[in-house]
Amino acid sequence: MTTIVIVGGGQAAGQAAASLRQEGYEDRIVLIGDEAVPPYQRPPLSKQYLSGEHDVDKIMLRPEKFYLDREIELRLNTTVTSIKRQENLVKIGEESISYDKLLIATGSRPRKLSLPGSDLQGIYYLRTKADVDDIRSAMSDARSLCIVGGGYIGLEVAAVAKSAGLEVHVLEMESRILQRVTTEAMSAFYHQLHTDRGVHIHTNTACSGFVGEGGRVTGVQCQTEVINADMVIVGIGIIPNTELAEAAGLTTDNGIVVDDHCQTSDPDIYAAGDCTNHPNPILGRRLRLESVPNAMDQARTAASNMLGGDKSYAAVPWFWSDQYELKLQMVGFSSDGSEAVCRGEPTSLQFAQFYLHDGAVVAVDAVNSPKEFMVAKQLYGKKVNPSELADPTTDLKAILASAG
Amino acid sequence: MPTVKFIEHNGTEHVVEGNEGDSLMIVATSNLVPGIDADCGGECSCATCHVTIDDPWQSKLAPASATEESMLDLNPDRETTSRLACQIPLTSDIDGIVVNLPEFQY
Repeated sequence: MTTIVIVGGGQAAGQAAASLRQEGYEDRIVLIGDEAVPPYQRPPLSKQYLSGEHDVDKIMLRPEKFYLDREIELRLNTTVTSIKRQENLVKIGEESISYDKLLIATGSRPRKLSLPGSDLQGIYYLRTKADVDDIRSAMSDARSLCIVGGGYIGLEVAAVAKSAGLEVHVLEMESRILQRVTTEAMSAFYHQLHTDRGVHIHTNTACSGFVGEGGRVTGVQCQTEVINADMVIVGIGIIPNTELAEAAGLTTDNGIVVDDHCQTSDPDIYAAGDCTNHPNPILGRRLRLESVPNAMDQARTAASNMLGGDKSYAAVPWFWSDQYELKLQMVGFSSDGSEAVCRGEPTSLQFAQFYLHDGAVVAVDAVNSPKEFMVAKQLYGKKVNPSELADPTTDLKAILASAG
Repeated sequence: MPTVKFIEHNGTEHVVEGNEGDSLMIVATSNLVPGIDADCGGECSCATCHVTIDDPWQSKLAPASATEESMLDLNPDRETTSRLACQIPLTSDIDGIVVNLPEFQY
């Protein structure tokens, strides 16, 4: 009897366990996660789970019974303390579990602020279901919310909170929201959208601390001004959880370094998801992604290879973000483009911004435009006629057929 | 519990039970039926749960929403009977439904 241990309890971990069984592995699988619940979908946390539209059952990756029926041992609320590679053991305090193959899917954690007042009550970070349960309960009593960080998480939360009737402020230290992840035009679009819906966006505004009363936050200090808020959510990026791998002597470099088979520098140890630094042969460079499709695909790849398969991971990254009634679907990285082509009219709240490099499509930001998103996945790397692409009356299938 | 028959592209059949109200996507992934990726978790955001459903079952389903239709329209394996499994709730009315899985998800 062999054993495969999965460290981590997120989507990559859950998918890997399922894929191992799907590929016919019948021996022991142990999934060790530090959260209280089985693997669940993280994207809805800042969207439909926060708004209350989805309950906990709806976000579960698979029902708890699935793990029971398939004899996947779930060790929840459990933190792995170390990996002893020489003995093929993972340690949970004094307890040891031996593995034949090990998957590290430890994900990432929110970057924290360490500023005066950071330890006041009412300041939240958003990564886990437990975080959002706390945020939801605080939101039901709050009238105002200040969000530190104008990234996708912050803006998704802003949309939910505004729709729930709260006064919402977003602080962004850079000159525009979404600066790290998108173009000026898309930043301007989302700035306008949120402003139109009544969210107060403050760019070039760094948070310098928090003010409070009786141990509870009452406002956010930015330079000389204080923005009053009953609660604060900080969304300023994530840090990959690589400490366990590092302590075990695995190669890390802004993530756990894996090859295209999701294998680490130890042939018995694989890694998948947000915690990895992996090669992308299509883009021709290494990436660390904060992305569910990446987590799921890497998990499938790692599972197959742990069982002796020879599967390479090569996929064009894609992402999505829901804000108000707008669905943004993205393919690739707009920063790879040298030319932008807009199809449709942003003021209509339905348009797609294509990004080309040397005439070939390398990315799209599609707002309420699922067809453009689907076509961009297939157009990736292919040359197109920009004026045809920019004309919404040109049939996308014809563009796809003539792309070279 | 209603049953669903999933048929893989290679002809392998999986007859599984599902809870009423769960989507056909959830029924598939909860029963380890291969061929449905469902990366976005059922938000109609990714089209990786593409299936085809023939009559008499197709006509018992509520028609596809505009978003689902758009996601399907540009799918290279699009057929007239194409649907996204995440958008179809399992009900007793479709007990025994037959769902065909494509060779690839895009």
